[in-house]
Amino acid sequence: MGDLTRMSAADLADALGRGEVSSADITQAHLDRIAAVDGDVHAFLHVNAEGALAVARESDARRSAGESRSALDGVPIAVKDVMATRGIPTTCGSRILEGWVPPYDATVVARLRAAGLPILGKTNMDEFAMGSSTEHSAWGPSHNPWDLERIPGGSGGGSSAAVAAYEAPLAIGTDTGGSIRQPAAVTGTIGVKPTYGGVSRYGVIALASSLDQPGPCARSVLDAALLHEVIGGHDPLDSTSIDLPVPPLVEAARSGDLSGVRVGVVTELGGEGYQEGVRARFDESVELMVKAGADVVEVSCPHFRYGLGAYYLILPSEASSNLAKFDAMRYGLRVLPDGVDAPSAEQVMTATRAAGFGDEVKRRIILGTYALSSGYYDAYYGQAQKVRTLISRDFAAAFEQVDVLVSPTAPTTAFKIGEKLDDPLAMYLNDIATIPANLAGVPGISIPNGLAAEDGLPTGLQILAPATADDRLYRVGAAAEALLNASWGGPLLAQAPELVGGRA
Amino acid sequence: MTTTTELMPYDEALARFDPVLGLEVHVELNTVSKMFCGCPTEFGAEPNTQVCPTCLGLPGALPVLNGKAVEAAIRIGLALNCSIAEWCRFARKNYFYPDMPKNFQTSQYDEPIAFDGWTEVTVPNEDGDGEPFRVEIERAHMEEDTGKSLHVGGSTGRIHGADYSLLDYNRAGVPLIEIVTKPVEGAGEKAPEVARAYVAQLRDLLLALGVSDVRMEQGSLRCDVNLSLRPDPSAELGTRSETKNVNSLRSVERAVRYEVTRQAARLSAGDKVVQETRHWHEDTGVTTSGRSKEQAEDYRYFPEPDLVPIAPSREWVEELRGTLPEPPREHRARLQAEWEFSELEMRDVVGAGALSSVEQTVAAGASPQLAKKWWLSELARRANETGVEITALPITPEQVAGVQALVDAGRVNDKLARQVFDGVLAGEGSPEEVVAARGLEVVSDDSALGAAVDRAIEANPDIAAKIRDGKQAAAGALIGAVMKEMRGQADAARVRELILERLS
Repeated sequence: MGDLTRMSAADLADALGRGEVSSADITQAHLDRIAAVDGDVHAFLHVNAEGALAVARESDARRSAGESRSALDGVPIAVKDVMATRGIPTTCGSRILEGWVPPYDATVVARLRAAGLPILGKTNMDEFAMGSSTEHSAWGPSHNPWDLERIPGGSGGGSSAAVAAYEAPLAIGTDTGGSIRQPAAVTGTIGVKPTYGGVSRYGVIALASSLDQPGPCARSVLDAALLHEVIGGHDPLDSTSIDLPVPPLVEAARSGDLSGVRVGVVTELGGEGYQEGVRARFDESVELMVKAGADVVEVSCPHFRYGLGAYYLILPSEASSNLAKFDAMRYGLRVLPDGVDAPSAEQVMTATRAAGFGDEVKRRIILGTYALSSGYYDAYYGQAQKVRTLISRDFAAAFEQVDVLVSPTAPTTAFKIGEKLDDPLAMYLNDIATIPANLAGVPGISIPNGLAAEDGLPTGLQILAPATADDRLYRVGAAAEALLNASWGGPLLAQAPELVGGRA
Repeated sequence: MTTTTELMPYDEALARFDPVLGLEVHVELNTVSKMFCGCPTEFGAEPNTQVCPTCLGLPGALPVLNGKAVEAAIRIGLALNCSIAEWCRFARKNYFYPDMPKNFQTSQYDEPIAFDGWTEVTVPNEDGDGEPFRVEIERAHMEEDTGKSLHVGGSTGRIHGADYSLLDYNRAGVPLIEIVTKPVEGAGEKAPEVARAYVAQLRDLLLALGVSDVRMEQGSLRCDVNLSLRPDPSAELGTRSETKNVNSLRSVERAVRYEVTRQAARLSAGDKVVQETRHWHEDTGVTTSGRSKEQAEDYRYFPEPDLVPIAPSREWVEELRGTLPEPPREHRARLQAEWEFSELEMRDVVGAGALSSVEQTVAAGASPQLAKKWWLSELARRANETGVEITALPITPEQVAGVQALVDAGRVNDKLARQVFDGVLAGEGSPEEVVAARGLEVVSDDSALGAAVDRAIEANPDIAAKIRDGKQAAAGALIGAVMKEMRGQADAARVRELILERLS
């Protein structure tokens, strides 16, 4: 058996099934890899070595007794630090939750445990998932394995970097405006944002409740589908969870096909503002799809141009309320104000929130508080909700003509750490192509579609489908992935430079 | 706070001003579980033992609506002749307070489940007859209760000035229905009686619906009294004060009366009424200024994104309408006829807040007159002495009927019955248990009584002679002597019989 960390989740599962390898060995190999490279990558905020190995051994024992809990039983995984994990520290990338150990599991985590996946650790993220680079993490940024000077995307840059650096075969992310797809694009990995309500939000520390959606991060479309089937499906603990069976995603990923598929290129998601290499790779991908029998047309979604503005009103509004609970009264950080003998509860709340939240979090709390204020609500939150409806209608109209929509996932490749930190608006623009899907609740996938000629960094192809038709993402995504891999003679990630601490 | 509050005599105030009332009543539902989680709602448990991630507001936890609470809300709405929304939502009311786990209250804002209703109460007119008065209902909406703070130290029992505060989250998330009247106009001098009659009727109605324990002293029914004055009924509404937590029927009446006299004095002196929250002081019968509301608090309401809209089907609403108890007016009329009470008797019962108690006592087997007698004399006196509502006395209607049954069986007399009440109210158990433990049973053994009668006749030859001469009224003195010897534990009627037997 070769390097276990280079194998796909599907291959690891097969090898486990054939008894060629143990989950303990696979898990240990990944823990070793983390020990070797994570000093450079900083994908993890917490490594759960003992816990993961214990679960791996249980999985092995089960397998020797002829039992298996799921297709991925024994395959290790990394989990974004936004998820409550019982007994494992959870900070959401924020100092305000330093030291918090949740007494309960998020539904996604509970399903991972029930399916027998060892949890390697918790991955880095922008504080409360606010950002596109992980630079807003209170614990320092993660680094892109393609170029350690560059960002791995965000907010889920830790999960994408972990997968790209072979520290984990699979990871969990959450996507509020692109936080799974954009990191996937800039690290040459796969990321899926399921239909809103397709994967439970219970235990996901909320950024914007009406936009947040957990989903899989992986190195292949099939692996993402395998993971999606484990975590997806109705959860009575999440009122916004869809009470429908999960469509056959693995089957869709195994039967990738483009012939006769009607593909719409979204006029508004491309062109000006998109890096040249991003545009070039996108155009080539569309060509490939045409050659494979897809029926490609251009589709206009005129209201998408208002998406970013609407998003940056709805998100901060919901976030300002969701983040009110961090008040030092029951858990997390508690800071006593300086020079006050007997501080009041109010003073402790103020001092804690001032010290515990980072600048970007404060910026959005202030923005949201303002947008919801009496006298401004209609002009801001109210209008933004109307835009949201219009964007949903654009999607509905587009999906009458086509089966899937495509666009570049992000307008640029990975930028340098520090490059956009002082320019929030430039940072926000990174999500311009991913935000419409969150506003409308439709599913999307990002797959690697090449390297930009100008900087040699990965670019991503985004595929969007109608709500609850997540299987289309996998059918079309797997077909495109196969064509692209064939054009490169292997996965794109094979072209990434070896990390110094890594093993050949 | 040291300035004396000027008051204007009530009659003078009414001669010069027209009072307008508004009543906001919070009702804690008696559902088994909380509004948005499965935690129990039982009153009086050890602090912080009835909590979970959701009602503690732990990061990531989500609410799931309690269908039984929606059912109760609809039934309350229907009983108050409200329209039931075809579609409505919850909203977040954002403000920081330590006993509110999420720092927002999940409530309803501009889309209440029930709206535009009315109820008719009865108040006495000049002739002492009952007169109907219609109170318009603005809305009844669903929300969750907060936790409880206990502020220790300081002089006020409020958060400011306290040494420290203890928090109990058992109550956090208990389902509440807030019932808000439209401005109650035209009550004139009867405003205090209307306020009291309204709350009393609401209480009886909620009890008949079976949706709440409606125990004002435990806080399961809490009343805020809004009051304003205007020069005459055609003038615009004046500035109102909001007196919080007026938690007995008597206090509702007193608080209205007090605010009328206070506001009248201010307005007459050329001062303004400040729009503010006021605190009610049960002991002194006055209100004092709380926080000023001149700068209206901005709760930044927005639709709760973690819950889905509620769309009760019309079939369900009609089905629930079929489960409603008799409307209050019909209910009262029927009981009055069944019990053969005069208008005055009925008014006394209703006015004392004893309607449901008497009704349940009759249902438990007591005659209406005797049930009324115990509640309006013996028990009303005790409630008055201890400053609680009649219904808050620690005795059930069934126990009252039990005492009467003992009287009917000749096992105790009225005097002993009072001692039985003492025992039951002191928590010594059921009437039977109290009788046994205290040895209260009357002596009906004729030989023991006969011996005592003989001794009394022997000791009072003059009186005995009078009775022999036919002056039966003189028997009272002998009965008294026998009762004294028997320490009250004799059936006076039987004693009389024995005396007359011997002296005829």
